[in-house]
Amino acid sequence: MSKKNPLTEKPLDYMLFKAKREKQFITGSEAVREAVRRANIDIAISYPITPQSETMHLVGDLFAEGYVPEYFRGENEFAVMSQVAGAAMAGARVFTATCGPGTMRAFEVFPMWSGSRLPVVCSFMTRGINAPLTIQPDTIEMAFLLETGMIMLHCETARDIYDFNLAAFIIAEEKDVHIPVGVFMDGFFVTHTRELVDIITEDVCLPKYNPQAAPVPTIDMETPPARLMRDPFVMKSNFVSYVAHASWQQEVRAAAARSKKHIKKYLGELIEIENPAAPTIIVASGTAVSQAREAIKLAKEENIDVGLIKVKVVRPFPKDEIVAALSKAKKIIIPEFNIAGWLAKEVAAVLPDNGRIVATPRVYGGMTMPPEILLEDIKQAVRKQTQ
Amino acid sequence: MKDSRIFIRMSGLGGQGVVTAAHIIGVAAVKDAKYALVNPFFGAEKRLAPTESYVRISSEKIYDRGEVNYPDVIMIFHPHVITMGKSYTMPFYQGIRENGTIIINSDEAVAFSDEDIAAFKKKRLSLYFVPATKTAMSISGTALATNIVMVGMFVGITKTIAEESLRESIAERFGAKKFVASGSTAALDDAIKKKYAKIEQLLESNFKAVSEAIKLSSAIKSVI
Repeated sequence: MSKKNPLTEKPLDYMLFKAKREKQFITGSEAVREAVRRANIDIAISYPITPQSETMHLVGDLFAEGYVPEYFRGENEFAVMSQVAGAAMAGARVFTATCGPGTMRAFEVFPMWSGSRLPVVCSFMTRGINAPLTIQPDTIEMAFLLETGMIMLHCETARDIYDFNLAAFIIAEEKDVHIPVGVFMDGFFVTHTRELVDIITEDVCLPKYNPQAAPVPTIDMETPPARLMRDPFVMKSNFVSYVAHASWQQEVRAAAARSKKHIKKYLGELIEIENPAAPTIIVASGTAVSQAREAIKLAKEENIDVGLIKVKVVRPFPKDEIVAALSKAKKIIIPEFNIAGWLAKEVAAVLPDNGRIVATPRVYGGMTMPPEILLEDIKQAVRKQTQ
Repeated sequence: MKDSRIFIRMSGLGGQGVVTAAHIIGVAAVKDAKYALVNPFFGAEKRLAPTESYVRISSEKIYDRGEVNYPDVIMIFHPHVITMGKSYTMPFYQGIRENGTIIINSDEAVAFSDEDIAAFKKKRLSLYFVPATKTAMSISGTALATNIVMVGMFVGITKTIAEESLRESIAERFGAKKFVASGSTAALDDAIKKKYAKIEQLLESNFKAVSEAIKLSSAIKSVI
């Protein structure tokens, strides 16, 4: 009579919900390291850019400690993302991270990951984009990445960073998903902030990635010809190639949609709702959620009732969930750390009666978002509502 | 936020250990069973460039992140922060809360404008000039210990964290083998560790600096 081993039966379930944890006072970058330590990856490839540099440095330490079998520094971000693609095509579980201008430099490769159905996990320590040059936090790069086909998770805290990064590997590798997952965390505001995080202390890790179970064949360099580009339609100009390209793009988006059930299983609902009956509701993602929590506390002291929707998953966009949660809201405030207001646009695009949206405050260029400023916007919205 | 929160803003010059000081205070607060959030703010890390770090301490969970705009305590690690504008916040005391505390590392009083002094009085601030670098030189024989003296002064003046927790935090920061600092901070760590044959001596020197700072702080009066 053999006892079932929960770790082999449902490894991620066990790690996320049952494994023993201990509070550690660590930074967001260290939380990434701790996630990668237990992710059983085959290779990590790095290229430094602030505020990401520390993260891949720490992953390099995991290589030195023996937790990561292969690690090297690429020539630049475009090279790294291409090398990451190569490793994934060959059937490896691979991790990398970048941010801001590095994201932009590598850009061509991100939709290629999705189109090639590569389960790459990449962390983005969001930073402003040139020019003028800045290294400070700003979530503008997420606006660019929205249509790359990848799954996008946005972390609020270092605890989110830990759990999202661990879960990202398993979600990315699900047979009916098998597309890249970007785990986004606001540079400095979480990556360089030291806070208490519950970290797994048990001697457990994710099972190895099984490329034989993947929905797309891996490249075998020892069995020529190795196909470096899958289904190169560009070589033929005919009806079949057009249809194949069109349907393949649909398939990538369908794969993202299918990821919802897996994300829910491991990370809970795609959005977290607090006080949904409030007439005014803040919708936010990333550290704007933290600032919103403080502002809601301040509002409460002044007897203003404000609810909160934390958007954890930006792609696939939780359209139905957001529409349902906002069905009764009179005013919807969307604070963001970028000039584009991409979250406000996303919400406005799916929401009936989107005149309810107040797309402020917007903080960009690296400054913080004082809860007091957010409170002012809440008060103004409430005043307009009662007028 | 009028609960038990203490928000600290520290401004100094790159290389003075502003980030490390925040780290030490934050870890000590956690040892006191409080919530703490610590984060730095800097440009493309250069020595002597403006550097700030922030510590938020509370008995309740803190969500607020990023720069501290409305601090209870401001620690200035070098008079140039004030006199040469080497600061992310102008004037350096902008946003300080009523009854707030300012601790400035300077052997002599910095000359403030009438406008500044009126602002200090209006907010009923306490302002202390502390000879942190001078004390670091005399006790530890290096200006690199300025941050340790500043941390001692902070504890002596504000009594926000327990002295024992502070000592434990320092021991962890400099004694633990696994601490990962960024590249340039690691270089400074190496520089100071080289001055001492053994880590125990460095710890001993830091403990002495902290004790001296706390002792000195009791005799330092607010100039406002």
